[in-house]
Order: sequence, then C-alpha cells, then structure tokens
Amino acid sequence: MLEDIKADIEHNVCGTYCPIPISELSNQIKQMQIGQIIELIADDPGVVEDVPAWCKATGQEFLGIYEEDGEFHAFVKKIKD
Amino acid sequence: MTYKPKALILFSGGLDSQLAALNISKVQGIEVKLIHFYTGFCITEHKRRLGIPNKDGKIPQNPALKAAANLQLPIEIIDISKEYINVILNPKFGYGKNVNPCLDCRIFMLLKLKEIMEKENYDFIATGEVLGQRPMSQTKDKLFIVEKETGLKGFIVRPLSGKLLPKTIPEEKGLIKRELMWDISGRSRTKQINLAKLYNVEYEQPSGGCCYLTDEHFAVKFKEEISFKKSLNWDDLSLMTVGRHLRLPNGTKMIISRNEGETRFLSGFKNRFDYAYVEGKALAIIKDFHIDDMPYIGGIVARYSGNKQTYVSIHIKDNMINQLAEPLEDDIIDSFKIGVESYARGH
Repeated sequence: MLEDIKADIEHNVCGTYCPIPISELSNQIKQMQIGQIIELIADDPGVVEDVPAWCKATGQEFLGIYEEDGEFHAFVKKIKD
Repeated sequence: MTYKPKALILFSGGLDSQLAALNISKVQGIEVKLIHFYTGFCITEHKRRLGIPNKDGKIPQNPALKAAANLQLPIEIIDISKEYINVILNPKFGYGKNVNPCLDCRIFMLLKLKEIMEKENYDFIATGEVLGQRPMSQTKDKLFIVEKETGLKGFIVRPLSGKLLPKTIPEEKGLIKRELMWDISGRSRTKQINLAKLYNVEYEQPSGGCCYLTDEHFAVKFKEEISFKKSLNWDDLSLMTVGRHLRLPNGTKMIISRNEGETRFLSGFKNRFDYAYVEGKALAIIKDFHIDDMPYIGGIVARYSGNKQTYVSIHIKDNMINQLAEPLEDDIIDSFKIGVESYARGH
C-alpha cells in the first residue's frame, strides 16, 4: 500500500500548478541520496500525469500516487544522479 | 578513455525543439539535458489553476514534460518568473506582434543556459530555431544578434538549419557532424512534419505555443494598462490573464470573474486590492479606485451576478458597504470594456 511507504522527504507544493510542482520535485531529488524516497504533496490534479512523465524522462522510479481530501501524494525513489 | 560530449537543449516541447533534441541525442549520439524555462506566462498552468480542461475533457499537460517523456530524455524545469518580468517590461529589442519580446526572451534564456553550461561542463547548446521562420527572432541577422548579446558565438547549434548556417565550435571540434544536421528554412513546416513521421515524434497541431505574451487579448490589456500606469508589477500581469476588464470614466479599473474558476483565482488578490462581490456569483477586483466611479461599481457587479437587483458587498480600503444595486445597462458597460474590439475603436 502506498499509504504505508515511509518517505525520507516530504515536500508540500499545494497552491502551485504545472510546471512548478515538477520543478520543485526535481530540485528536491538533486539534494537526495540514491535510494531515498520523496513524497510530493500537491493539489494540482495534473501531477497524476506529470510525475510519472517526469520519472519516465529522467529515469527515476515512480512508486505511485494516491488522492486524499483533494491532495495528491506522489512517491518517487531516486535511483540515479 | 574516450571523451563523451554533452549538450543542453532549449526545450519548449514543440515540434522544432523536439527535433533539435532528437537530432543531437539520437542522430548525433550526444548526451543531452533538456531545459524548459517557466516564465510565469504558461497557458497550461493558467488553465489548470482555473480548472479549465482541454477540448477532450482531460487536464492540460505541460507540452515539454509530455514530449520529454515520449523522447525519454532527461528534462529540467527552471523557474525564471521572478526575473522574467524585467524582460517583458524593458525589452531592448522591442515586442513582436503582441507583447512578446521574443528576441530579448531568447537572449535571456540563452544566458541562463550559458550559466548552466559553464557550471556543469556542457560542451554546447542546441535550439530548435529555424532560419527565416519567425521575423522577430529567427532571421539570420537576429540569430547573430543573439550570439553577440549572449557571448555564445559558435556555441549555439541549430540542427534544423545547421547546414545553412556558419560552422559551429562543436563541428570544428568534431563533436557533431554537419552532414547529419538538416537544411530547413522558412515558415513552411512540411520538412519538420515529414521528420516527425520518420522519427515517430508526437506534437501539437497547430503549434500554438504555451505563452500568454503572444495572445492578442492579453496584449490589448497590457498596452492599455501600461499607457495608464507607466509601470506594471507581477499582480498587474497576473490579473490580465483572467476576467472581464473595465476602465471606468475616472480611471478605476475593474476585473470581474466570468466563472467559478476565475472567482477562485481572483479571491487570491482580495488581501491586497479593493474588491466587490455577490456571494456565490461574480467577484470584481478593483484597482486605481477613484471615488467618482463609486456609483458604477455595484451596478456592474450586479449585472454579472444574475443581472437583477441584488446586494453587492463593496470593500474599499478598510471600509465595507452592502449596496442594493440595480444592474448597469449593457451599452454603458460595453463603453468601459478593455478588449480587442474596444481597443480597435480607440478605447
């Protein structure tokens, strides 16, 4: 279950819209160690497509996304620099 | 050990920048990073903020992100919005047809790329520019101006027109091959479309771009406001992307929501502007308030809040009044409107 994943970093970008959530995700990933997981919390529903697209482009691992009370929780594992 | 060159690609996600990325990465075999700049005038962002779907009902997706995923090339999205306002307000080389400072914009973005190139040891920069495609920024002399202004002479590769342009430093060094670049010029997109088919590249058709500054309606509001105020800030520019815009006889400006999404968007400005609204109906942000325009405000909000007599809550500075207002007549409101039609008749 995604809800059970323990992220190393939680980053809330609610109130921002495409492409800022992805820009923020990218900035956070740069500072992380390989193997660490980030939980990105956003209220822009576009992240449902944006986060997996960004992971596909950059080669990071998309673990999944779920919605709760209008907020989207996306999980990404850093697997390369 | 063999030297592995790498390049930055200025990437919008449109067909031309996709082909440039494809040429350098897949055809020439160079490691690339796509760089997409967020200027704050992104139509996709705006649609998402207002909850406006595409014609197919789907949420609009950033074209650069979508294209990078399809090409499976790494992309970085960089927020330059805070600095970009100076480019819009003070373009050294002027505007295009609307308020698009295309040449200054390109110079600004290439200077940012130059910083990254030097910091992260990239060998060169590639763009999707096509010789003669855009009169404002892509004629031969304009391409040279960009190189001069950025100090990047010889470091900018334009693979779509590469065979028609002077030899670049990466060509001289043997990092890329001239014969593998293309010889596209002019406004026709036939060659690009054929290349897209050949390499299975997805792209938006027609190419609309994702930039508000090329929008005619935005330009009219911008020109009206700058003639009135001489200087604009980020709030002024953001407000130009939504609502009906009215200039009242004594200079008061009203921006009135047209739907729930715009009401939500304009609500974010209530803490720093005067405003008037009918609960659950229209909201107007009020700027440059003049007391002699007060009689119009309630009537305008009532007009767009069901077009019937109603109580309008008007907040000016620290004062609030609940005014029972009759809707103002349409022909009076029309004379206040700032738009393409009113501008043409000399608003």
